[in-house]
Amino acid sequence: MSAERPLLITGGLVLTDDGPSAVDVLVREGVVAALGRDLAVSDAAVVDASGCWVGPGLVDLHTHLREPGEEHKEDIASGSAAAAAGGYTAVVAMPNTNPPIDAGHLARFVVDRGRQVGLVDVAAAGTISARRAGAMLAHLDDLWDAGVRMFTDDGDTVADAGLLRRAMEYVAEIGGVVAQHAVDPGLSRGGHMHEGALSSRLGMQGIPALAESIVVARDLALVRLTGCRYHLQHVSTAEALALVEAARSEGLPVTVEVTPHHLTFDETQVATMDPVFKMMPPLRPASDVAALREALRSGLIDAVATDHAPHAAHEKEVPFEEAPNGITGLEWAAAAVLTEVALDQTGFFAAMSMRPATIAGLGEHGRRVAVGAPAHLTVVDPKTRWSPTSTCSRGANTPWLGRPLTGRVRLTVLGGMPTFAADPLGVS
Amino acid sequence: MNHLLTTEGLERSRIESYLDDAAAFGEVLRRPIPKVPALRGKTVATLFFEPSTRTRMSFEKAAKALSADTMSFSPDTSALHKGEGLKDTVLTIEAMGLDLMVVRHQATGAPWRVAEWASVPVVNGGDGCHQHPTQALLDCLTLRQRFGKLDGLRIAIVGDIRHSRVARSNIHAMTALGAEVTLVAPPTLLPLHTEGWPVTTTSDLDDALGELDAVYLLRVQAERGGASVFPSFAEYRRRFGMTRDRLRRLSPEAVVLHPGPMIRGIEIDAEVADDPRALVLDQVTNGVAVRMAVLYQLLGGDHVG
Repeated sequence: MSAERPLLITGGLVLTDDGPSAVDVLVREGVVAALGRDLAVSDAAVVDASGCWVGPGLVDLHTHLREPGEEHKEDIASGSAAAAAGGYTAVVAMPNTNPPIDAGHLARFVVDRGRQVGLVDVAAAGTISARRAGAMLAHLDDLWDAGVRMFTDDGDTVADAGLLRRAMEYVAEIGGVVAQHAVDPGLSRGGHMHEGALSSRLGMQGIPALAESIVVARDLALVRLTGCRYHLQHVSTAEALALVEAARSEGLPVTVEVTPHHLTFDETQVATMDPVFKMMPPLRPASDVAALREALRSGLIDAVATDHAPHAAHEKEVPFEEAPNGITGLEWAAAAVLTEVALDQTGFFAAMSMRPATIAGLGEHGRRVAVGAPAHLTVVDPKTRWSPTSTCSRGANTPWLGRPLTGRVRLTVLGGMPTFAADPLGVS
Repeated sequence: MNHLLTTEGLERSRIESYLDDAAAFGEVLRRPIPKVPALRGKTVATLFFEPSTRTRMSFEKAAKALSADTMSFSPDTSALHKGEGLKDTVLTIEAMGLDLMVVRHQATGAPWRVAEWASVPVVNGGDGCHQHPTQALLDCLTLRQRFGKLDGLRIAIVGDIRHSRVARSNIHAMTALGAEVTLVAPPTLLPLHTEGWPVTTTSDLDDALGELDAVYLLRVQAERGGASVFPSFAEYRRRFGMTRDRLRRLSPEAVVLHPGPMIRGIEIDAEVADDPRALVLDQVTNGVAVRMAVLYQLLGGDHVG
């Protein structure tokens, strides 16, 4: 379809400033041009959104696009296609690439590649430490100038409290948020799965829940010291949630994300010894999964973030202990959340779009649908039952292929342009 | 496809069928010409990604005593060094034409992965700290030869249980055959979670000693942390070693087993290792017979027992 043709989304329940409203949405020249009942426009592309939720485009705080350096796993083009298919209009690319994104020119490369592809707004996260080596600070101010608003050594924990303190002091002044992959290296060394009865039975070294909470407890003390905004990545344990809850009631500027897989699967999956269930942090017991679901429902957890981590097939075709961590999830994160957690429309878009956009400093995204606002939109059918059968990602390391899900993304619109449509668009 | 990957959940009747066949093959091994044509024309491949000499030799001897051909793979002389992945290695070797694979690997679950990819039976020759089923079968055969049955036998497994695939396999096999198993180790060598296991645990060997019918000693695995998980080898010997003094305090009918290789002077005193009540060499001999039984059954042979 041409850029000039207007887009009319009819019959859906639209998340507006007044809450969900049964109105049509007219998109023209990249912005929401009109909201109203029975809008009639000639020669518009038409999407029948009956029974669907219409809301701001989804925002992922945690995507591994693998470019530069590991394009055999994924690149910005294939990852962007997966993001669009999952309803995302913006993703924050994690900086653990090769080279890592520790300076402004590298962040600009990622953002520019995303813009060339044009399927999703790609924001670059920058590292906390130079070369992501955990010793010296990265070029934080240079990264900020390049548009970076999230700083993280994701994939590795910033273990050195002194380094993290300096990063927090610095980021508290320039702006942005320090995001932590919280897995204590000493307590997790040699571990591959949750430490518990199953790890003992399988003879695999475990990663205790404490490996997460001990880092969170320490980091929160540094937040108290520095006043820096802090974001806990991929929380996996009830213990860590309790710490976040206490910190928040104290008024500390703390946010937290959870992945679709930690909301869906528990550690018993590891008994299959299939490396598709290997990720960091590991899958936890059912009691933790229940706590995560409840915390997302209650709003204690701010955001769902995919930790989309593609790997080439051969890299996972090894024994569990020798496989790399990570699973893909951009394309069915929305469906997984709708399947596992009872969220209403506002709660869904808050966790999937609005709060992530705020955390990532993406002002154009995550806004309720309003006339004049940029048309970054997602249409989701919360009731459809389906099973994914294919993926746009280069990585197929996902347990969701073939798995029954409830809820499906029907349309993604970035700046007024459909970037994904589950069904062919009609013309009025 | 029939595999032997674990003793966990293995039915008593299946274990006994292996042991019965192994007893029969033990007779074959004592003949002047210790060989039968049962698997003539079959090829057994040993894929040992983790170095091992004795287990591999035992499987090869078993295969040859059944007139099967053998091929072997070792990581130090292979394309693994050139970056080839496990799946490609397995499919490449399988494409040469073979009928059964024995897989030993340092990673838990590797034989299960191989069994997914391969179209032939797979025998787990030891995976990580997880399972080593043929070792458990040969240990049970050794105890059955001595005591007639395992029902009611009181067995202590002593040592680095946390990192022991031998212990994990034996716990299931021995208890399936009716034995009572106690795990004896310092806390740092016991698995972190044994709730639900059909065992009792203690860190006091002397307390258990007088009641035992068999003491199963595990090797102190220096390569898995060694002295960092207990204060010193001398202290380990004092608390958990099968010393001459402890041998005297065992009941006269009790026996001592060890999967080898033994480290004399740490987990077992030399005098104990050489005592007639130590059945270590019987275990090795039985290993060949048990592996004959496993190869024979997985390659479709009828029950011979």
